[in-house]
Amino acid sequence: MTTVTNGVNVQALLDAREVLKGAPEAAQFTWRASATWRSGVHSSIKVQSFFGLGEEQNHNDEWSFEADHPEVFGAQDGGITPIEYLLVGLASCLTAGVASVAENRGIQLRSVESTVEGAHDIRGILGADSDVRNGYNDIKVTFKIDADASRQEIEALVAQSQKRSAVFDALTNPTDVTVEVAE
Amino acid sequence: MLERGEVANSWRRERWDSLRLLTPNWQSRLPGYEYQGSDPDGYMSLTDVTEFIDGFAAASGAPVRTGANVTSLRRAGDAYRVTTSLGEIRSRAVVIATGACNQPAVPRFAAEVPASVDQVTAWDYRDPGKLPDGGVLVVGASASGVQLAAELAKSGRPVTLAVGEHVRMPRTYRGRDILWWMDFSGVWDQRHDEIDDLDRARRLPSPQLVGTPERATLDLNALTAMGVELVGRWAAVRDGRALFSGGLRNVFALADLKLERLLDGFDEWHQTSGCDLEVGPPERFAPTRVPQAARLQLDLRGGEIRSVVWATGYRPDYQWLDVPVVDAKGQLQHEGGVVASPGLYALGLPVLRRRKSTFIYGIEDDARAVTDHLAGYLTADR
Repeated sequence: MTTVTNGVNVQALLDAREVLKGAPEAAQFTWRASATWRSGVHSSIKVQSFFGLGEEQNHNDEWSFEADHPEVFGAQDGGITPIEYLLVGLASCLTAGVASVAENRGIQLRSVESTVEGAHDIRGILGADSDVRNGYNDIKVTFKIDADASRQEIEALVAQSQKRSAVFDALTNPTDVTVEVAE
Repeated sequence: MLERGEVANSWRRERWDSLRLLTPNWQSRLPGYEYQGSDPDGYMSLTDVTEFIDGFAAASGAPVRTGANVTSLRRAGDAYRVTTSLGEIRSRAVVIATGACNQPAVPRFAAEVPASVDQVTAWDYRDPGKLPDGGVLVVGASASGVQLAAELAKSGRPVTLAVGEHVRMPRTYRGRDILWWMDFSGVWDQRHDEIDDLDRARRLPSPQLVGTPERATLDLNALTAMGVELVGRWAAVRDGRALFSGGLRNVFALADLKLERLLDGFDEWHQTSGCDLEVGPPERFAPTRVPQAARLQLDLRGGEIRSVVWATGYRPDYQWLDVPVVDAKGQLQHEGGVVASPGLYALGLPVLRRRKSTFIYGIEDDARAVTDHLAGYLTADR
C-alpha cells in the first residue's frame, strides 16, 4: 500500500479503538457549550472544556461563536442562525470522516469540497401551520472529491463516512434531549 | 451427544412453516453423506432438512441422547461436570454445539410498543394465518426479514419493512447460484485469522436470499415491486409512535457498493482462475430504489399496524454455562473453536474458523480441526 499524506493519524485512532474496547468508562465523553444572551435573538456561545478519557479536558483555546438571525427575520445578522450551525456540523463531520477513511484505506486525497442544503419550511417555527415541523424537512450534501481512486472507491469513502458520523447519526436518529431550569 | 429435544430440534420446533434453506441441495454435504435427490439446484424444506439430518445421525451412528437438557456445565477438578435432565456426566472434554440462535434478539424498546399491537419474532412466527389481518411492520432486512415481508405481502396484508444495514445478493449470477460463486471463488473458505474485522464478520446479517424453485431474487427492489413500504432502521418508540432513521439512503448505498465489490471479485476470480465451467456474461444490478419520501415515524396506536414481526436476529443462550468463558456481550470466547478453558471447545458459531462455518457443508472442516485439537489435549493430559 502506498503511503498517503491526508494528515490523519489513523494509527492513533486504531490504537484508541482497541484500548477503549476493554475500557468503556474511558470512552465516555461529554462535550459542552455555554451560551449567553446578548440582545434580541443574538447570543454568544463559548466552547472550551470537555470531559473524556476519565478526566476534564480543554481545547487549547476558548472558541467563540455568535448566533443571530438575518435581517429578513427582523434581526441584526450578528451571526449565523442556530439551524445553520447544524449544517456546519454535518459538513465538517462527514469531511473528517472522508479523510479518515481515505487515510485508513490508503487513498490519497487531493481536494474534498462539499455543499450542504437544508430544506426548511419556516411556518413551523413561526407557528403558522401546526402540520409543519420545526426542523429541516430534508438535508442534502453534495461532495466533490478529487482523489487517487475510482468513482466506486470514492463513493465507498462517502458511504463509510456516514456510517461512522456522529452528526449524521444525531440528525437522522432520535436523541434524548432534556432542557431544565436551574434551582 | 446430548440433545435437549430430538435430532434436528431447531428445524422441527423453531422455524416457520414455509422456510427453505438458502443453500442449494448440492451444497448439503456432511462427512460421507450427501444429498441424493433429483433436484440438486433446488432448496430443502424444513421437512427435507430434518430428514437429511436424521439420516446423517443414523448413518454416522452418533451416540445421541435425546431429551437431555443441560442445566449446568462446570469445571470439576481437571474435568467437567455436566448436569442434565437425565442425570450427571463427568467428562474430560466438552464440545459446545448449541449454536448462536437459541433465542430471538429484540430491541429494548419493544416493551414500549402498545399492547394493542401483536408481536412475534422470526423464532416463533409460523405462518401468516396466525397474525391478525391488517398492517404488519416487519423489522430487519436480513434473509428472515425479507422472506417474511414477502410472505406477508402475498397474504394480502399491507407490509412496512424497517431496514438497517443489510447484505444484498442476487439469487443467481452469470447463470449460476450466487452461493456457487461464494463457494468456488473461495470467499467462504476465508479463514477467521485472515479477516480484518472478525467481530464485524461474525455479526453480519444473513444475506437477502430465499430458496424458491424459480430461483427468484428477493432484494429490496423486489419487495418494493410487491408493494412493501420501506422505512429506515427503527430507532425508538416515543408517545406510541415508532421513529425511523432518516439514513435509509446510505444503508442502500452501503449494500449496493458491497454487492458491486463482491461481483467484481467473482469476475476477477473467474478470469484468473482458469475455471472452465460455463458462465454467462458479467451482470450488474439496478441500484436499490429509494422511496420518494420515506416515512420517519408511524403511529402505532392508530390501528394502521396490527402486528410487529421482529426479524432482528438471535442470541445464544449460555445461562447453563458455569465456566467464565462468556464475554460482556454474551458471546463465547474462543480461538477458532478452542475455548479459553482446557478441554472445552465450540462448533457451529458464525465464522468459527471460516466464513462457511455455519453452513451445512462447512461444519466438516471445523469439526476435523476441533477434534484434532481435542484428541491432542486428551493425549497430552495423561
